[in-house]
Amino acid sequence: MHKYLIKRIFMMLPTLLGAGIFIFFLLRMIPGDVCLVRLGGQGGFVDPAAILACQQQLGLDQPLLVQFVTWFVSFFTLDFGVSMWTAQPIIQEVGLRFELSLQIAIMATLISIAIAIPLGIISAVKQNTWVDYLVRTFSIAGIAMPSFWLGILLILGILLTTQWWSGIPWLPPITYVPIWEDPARNLLQLIWPALATGYRYSAVATRMTRSAMLEVLREDYVRTARAKGVMEKLIVNRHALKNAMLPVITVIGIEFAFLMGGLVVTEQVFNLNGLGKLFVDSVTNYDYAMTQSLVLLVAVIFVITNIVIDVAYAWLDPRIRYS
Amino acid sequence: MTTVTNIEPARLPDKKTISTIVWRWCKRQPFGAVCGLILVGIILVAMFADVVSPYDPELNDFANMLTAPGSEFLLGTDQFGRDVLSRVIYGAQTALFIGFTAAFFGSFIGLVLGVTSAYLGGWFDLILQRVMDVFMAFPSIIIALAIVATFGSSTEIVILAITIPMIPNCARVVRSSALQIREIPYVDAARSLGFGHVRIVMRHMVPNVMAPYLIMFTSFLGQAILAEASLSYLGLGVQEPTPAWGLMLQGGAEEYAESAIWIAIFPGLAITLAVFAFNIFGDAVRDTLDPRLRSQ
Repeated sequence: MHKYLIKRIFMMLPTLLGAGIFIFFLLRMIPGDVCLVRLGGQGGFVDPAAILACQQQLGLDQPLLVQFVTWFVSFFTLDFGVSMWTAQPIIQEVGLRFELSLQIAIMATLISIAIAIPLGIISAVKQNTWVDYLVRTFSIAGIAMPSFWLGILLILGILLTTQWWSGIPWLPPITYVPIWEDPARNLLQLIWPALATGYRYSAVATRMTRSAMLEVLREDYVRTARAKGVMEKLIVNRHALKNAMLPVITVIGIEFAFLMGGLVVTEQVFNLNGLGKLFVDSVTNYDYAMTQSLVLLVAVIFVITNIVIDVAYAWLDPRIRYS
Repeated sequence: MTTVTNIEPARLPDKKTISTIVWRWCKRQPFGAVCGLILVGIILVAMFADVVSPYDPELNDFANMLTAPGSEFLLGTDQFGRDVLSRVIYGAQTALFIGFTAAFFGSFIGLVLGVTSAYLGGWFDLILQRVMDVFMAFPSIIIALAIVATFGSSTEIVILAITIPMIPNCARVVRSSALQIREIPYVDAARSLGFGHVRIVMRHMVPNVMAPYLIMFTSFLGQAILAEASLSYLGLGVQEPTPAWGLMLQGGAEEYAESAIWIAIFPGLAITLAVFAFNIFGDAVRDTLDPRLRSQ
């Protein structure tokens, strides 16, 4: 198991290096220069001294390779540099928002599991019946609905329902409070984006649960269990479910990794100050230093989550670690 | 001794015309067929938008701002008095143009890279797959935003931003199919006849991986429409006053959601219907082209 883990960690290094090269050189393709675009905006006059100062601050006056190595090494020593918009250390800006994004990602993943696994099992057991069609329609609707529209509908639904129920419209709290300070207020704020995202992401997991269950239910050992007269409920719960869960774990894990960086639109709808909103703000404010670091950070989170999934998978299925 | 009577003469199978093939497919995949019809409807509406649209989608009518749906404005008007129905109809043009272009280029480049990678193998395959790993290490919206941050937001850049994340996904799927094709003797036969690499890849391998390619293409169409809507919603995609579904949900839709609910409802419904139809239709195509998945 140790060997497997070490091998996986070494395999992540080229991916991270590639991600760093991609974003670093992509942002160097900006027509002109990062500082010129940032300070010049829509074509106004820019003091050449200000450009020079900006270039020196970002190290843009040095050779490209030196710039890349300096930035890449600094990143992994947790020195992300300084935001070009707020002039605050990027690590501080990220730290302020990381907790919120992590909490939504965890809550959305839990909601996604709570929806996907029961529905996937029911859909597989009742294959090609109206229940199966209903579940499949429900899950494809989740994929088809844009999360920002679902968010708008949720907010609208809350507003109109509370107005009708009590006469006073109610909206979720706007200011973020950590869960250990005021759990009720925290959950009242974050449950809605978690619901919108969780429903959307449950769709893929539902389809995967259904297809994995169908595959396992056709295995010889399930047929043998049926021939021995084991009850269908026991076959599903004890024999099929455990084996069908392996690919589902992978899908849920990958979705969690994507959620950590991919909540861009949902955070915008619910006006949440998380990593996704920080990313959009950095793009709209031409904060290239922030954009560069956030992209690499998302890649790091994604790669580490993938390793955790792979290790969990290898732990659950010993055939993988020995192959 | 028994005599056999009333033996029907052997019949040749029915001649397969396009209409019989389509009819049989519709009977086998009724849900997919309905969604296919919806898609045909959306495409026709987009193509003949100037005929079916009741008003100019960019015309501000300040006398009729936030008018509720009625006989004059079937889906109401927005905060600038623009007809929501006309904007939804013209929005279909934007969505389909960006969707089809991004899905075509994304799946085509993925197809070429996937087949070439499987055919050549060795270092080329190894390096290309590591590059694909890099692109698959980000949510697609992050790559799209990074591209828009670099090159600005125009329709061409939005298409590029949506296309690039699709390439590795398609290349991976196509490569796994192409690896199986490479082992089939006719590829060896073509090689032993002295055919060039390009001829073997294009004439002998590409036609045999069309099934996964078409499956990826149809699923990309829905994804591209959603991605375009998301970028427009963030204000980083198509810009005003161009009618686009995601853009219609930005600003006014949230601001006036309570008093003019129709602004928030109809563009979202249009996106959902189009993506839903593309997904179901794509599933039906997949079930038809890949019989292994039919039972699932």
